[in-house]
Amino acid sequence: MILDSKIPEGPLEQKWDNYKKKAKLVNPANRKKLDIIVVGTGLAGSSLAASLGEMGYNVKSFCFQDSPRRAHSVAAQGGVNAAKNYKNDGDSVYRMFVDTLKGGDFRAREANVYRMAECSLNLIDQAVAQGVPFGREYGGYLNNRSFGGVQVSRTFYARGQTGQQLLLGSYQALMRQVGKGSVQLFSRHEMLDLVMIDGKARGIIVRNLDTGDIERHSAHAVVLATGGYGKIYYLSTLAMGCNGSAIWRAHKKGALMASPSWIQVHPTSLPQSGDYQSKLTLMSESLRNDGRIWVPLKENETRKPNDIPESERDYYLERKYPAFGNLAPRDISSRAAKERIDAGFGIGPLKNAVYLDFSKAINEQGKEKIQEKYGNLFEMYLKITGYNAYEEPMMISPSAHFSMGGLWVDYELMTTIPGLFALGEANFADHGANRLGANSLLQASVDGYFIAPYTIANFLSNEIHTGKISTDNIEFEKAENEVKQQIKGFININGTKTVDHFHKTLGKLLYDYCGLARNEEGLKYAIEEIKKLKQEFYTNVKVSGQGDTMNTELEKAGRVADYFEIGELMCYDALTRNESCGAHFREEYQTPDGEALRNDSEFQFISAWAWKGENNEPELIKEPLIFEEIQPTVRSYK
Amino acid sequence: MDLHLKIWRQKDNQSEGKLVNYDLTALNPHMSFLEMLDTLNEKLIVQGDEPVEFDHDCREGICGQCGMMINGLAHGPLKNTTTCQLHLRSFRDGETVLIEPFRADAFPVKKDLKVDRSAFDRIISSGGFVSINTGQAPDATAIPITHQIAEEAFDSAACIGCGACVATCKNASAALFTSAKITHMVLLPQGKEERSNRVLNMVKQMDVEHFGHCSNTEACEVECPQGISVLNIARMNYEYSRALFFRKK
Ligand SMILES: Cc1cc2nc3c(=O)[nH]c(=O)nc-3n(C[C@H](O)[C@H](O)[C@H](O)COP(=O)(O)OP(=O)(O)OC[C@H]3O[C@@H](n4cnc5c(N)ncnc54)[C@H](O)[C@@H]3O)c2cc1C
Ligand code: SF4
Ligand code: FES
Repeated sequence: MILDSKIPEGPLEQKWDNYKKKAKLVNPANRKKLDIIVVGTGLAGSSLAASLGEMGYNVKSFCFQDSPRRAHSVAAQGGVNAAKNYKNDGDSVYRMFVDTLKGGDFRAREANVYRMAECSLNLIDQAVAQGVPFGREYGGYLNNRSFGGVQVSRTFYARGQTGQQLLLGSYQALMRQVGKGSVQLFSRHEMLDLVMIDGKARGIIVRNLDTGDIERHSAHAVVLATGGYGKIYYLSTLAMGCNGSAIWRAHKKGALMASPSWIQVHPTSLPQSGDYQSKLTLMSESLRNDGRIWVPLKENETRKPNDIPESERDYYLERKYPAFGNLAPRDISSRAAKERIDAGFGIGPLKNAVYLDFSKAINEQGKEKIQEKYGNLFEMYLKITGYNAYEEPMMISPSAHFSMGGLWVDYELMTTIPGLFALGEANFADHGANRLGANSLLQASVDGYFIAPYTIANFLSNEIHTGKISTDNIEFEKAENEVKQQIKGFININGTKTVDHFHKTLGKLLYDYCGLARNEEGLKYAIEEIKKLKQEFYTNVKVSGQGDTMNTELEKAGRVADYFEIGELMCYDALTRNESCGAHFREEYQTPDGEALRNDSEFQFISAWAWKGENNEPELIKEPLIFEEIQPTVRSYK
Repeated sequence: MDLHLKIWRQKDNQSEGKLVNYDLTALNPHMSFLEMLDTLNEKLIVQGDEPVEFDHDCREGICGQCGMMINGLAHGPLKNTTTCQLHLRSFRDGETVLIEPFRADAFPVKKDLKVDRSAFDRIISSGGFVSINTGQAPDATAIPITHQIAEEAFDSAACIGCGACVATCKNASAALFTSAKITHMVLLPQGKEERSNRVLNMVKQMDVEHFGHCSNTEACEVECPQGISVLNIARMNYEYSRALFFRKK
């Protein structure tokens, strides 16, 4: 199979315009003949569903939460990037493009990255027009802050709740369309399978989570905007419900999965404190603007942080990366923290954390200023840990956070299945091997507001004569029966261990062998262990209750079943990439001073994987990355 | 630490519910309230019982999904705190804890501690937005908004739609939730154009959904995890009167 990324011709800065000029349109009168399913109501899904509804298509919008407003995007804290150059500090679309490509360790497509930077300008306008209360200067103009991996201030923020406010904007736009009847909303519905007819995506099978009913929904195009699968590690910064099932089930129907092993570990989450823990809470990266990261110079330090004098502290990021200091990108900062923790300098009861210290900033700017910038994060820290971070440094630790991998999509955001699109964190595009802070809200939003409305129309222009797609089709029946079979299967196992037990065990395996650092031996071991664990799951899991009622355990069982297979693929992916890049740090490939050693001559490609059936090794298909505009350089933040 | 739990169990909306007793021992005080329920559920599943259904997702106090009544208080004893951000250190060793769903006519119980809050979505659908289509927006700087106004709008926009205000109100009124959205929108220039229709439609929808009227007991503000002020309700009342006045003319 040859992957066609469909990158439009012309110079980089004209590609998207060229595409739009030539893209086919659907006449407004024909739009109401076309049905579109959008799974997911995060920033990507709600912005798309609202946009398509406005345009006059029949849209069905699905999410598993009780309201679209609760999609995981709501949790994003720090901000959203846009190359507006309001600070006059030298920002531009081009600079943002370069920063993003470099930040992603030159493992993303130039054309996609450029388009994201280009569309960032419109996003801020759109959000402000919707009433998103971004932070403002006293004179009334929008304010910015800086984020890891860049040297300009291009991050727009709404206190520490940027995701919430952006999502409320797109949710409200969505609900406006629901009120008008152009979008039909199905909350508390989980997509369990993709239905294909004649090689095209034509619908989905969903479970109504309130009643347990299995439903069929057909459409001329299906969009998956179902977010990331980082929760595979169990302990992560993601919401409890996040999962990879929608994209995985599409993968098993033929959509390729790209770069599955590139999962970002965020440097500033709260450390794990016990086995009972269900998640790790993120402390926004924006804290690194003013917070300084350090560990004690002495191993096994027992003194309280405030009793350790300046001269006995190791500000290791400032020491190792003087040009970027505490603003070094996430992969680098996370690894630097792990390195210090592993070397025995970790702090906190479990010695698994480092300090994030605000005392200098409070001395210089005053407590009030810091309170205004990060007040809610400090409150959150107090609630969770019981410690006051205005008085002593926070304890932070790296934790799984964002999946750069996802369904392979071309420039149109279409997967390898015609009519199946993937948006936002569910696709692999734009971020390369590492995502820069505040670029994800951006990608999810521009995918939904500004890109997919054009590219889906281009696809649908050939569907106006298709007519309604019947759900009586044999393919729907087959898919529905498979889903019902699977549900019955889970309930009938009636073993002795809970779904969470399996999820936690899998998560620990992945943290240890396919986490912040990987090596060949560990990855091979993990693949074998995951296989065994999966087998045990299918013989010994206990799912209580019934299939035809509300049943959270059953929902979790389906998601964990998919996680085994995704986890295995992550390890295969990591195993074949004999280099270190971004979030992928293979211990065998590092420089003498412990930095990632990329191998462009052999690995300048996107790994796209095809499903070859249960118990068969997946097939690797390579999409070469061609850099016309900039030449990959060694990434240095020193 | 040990806790005695009395939890509301209800099979579905049609069935009668009842309180059921559970005992948990050797809990870590740093555990969150929901992690304590996870622990209970693990135990129930292994015993072959059905786990307690409760809503939650982010576990960061931001998605608004996890509300329940704990010892008669929405989201439990701490001020401005969601259930997921409540930790066992807020309880005494050996304490008996009563756990029930949010109760209101407009929030029917689905199962155990889960209730249906879709009425909130329909209120938003009736007018809680700026009517701007995609791709028409003017440059963001073309609309200057002072720092002060942006921050005030934010204070109202921060509502997470959890429903604690409704659950704690003796009239089961949705006034705090609705007024927060109305205030957020009306403070900003973008939202001003539609102010009259918005408030009339949203208030009407509250009635359609069988929320009660606000009688100014201010219990909502006390229990709101986001500290949304009752001044928003005053603002909504003003906007409502203003809209009626202009409509008559
Ligand atoms: C704590 C935290 C902080 C973050 N902070 C930032 C930040 O400051 N800046 C930034 O740019 N990014 C940030 N991110 C990343 C960013 O929030 C996400 O990458 C982004 O919001 C993803 O948006 P999305 O629309 O792709 O998916 P999501 O918002 O995750 O939405 C997924 C949707 O899919 C639905 N869904 C999933 N599976 C199914 C299914 N099978 N059936 C039906 N529905 C389904 C869900 O119900 C949901 O509606 C942060 C992430 C975390 C975890
Ligand atoms: S006003 Fe407060 S209590 Fe009511 S829904 Fe909003 S956040 Fe919850
Ligand atoms: S689980 Fe999201 S607010 Fe509590």
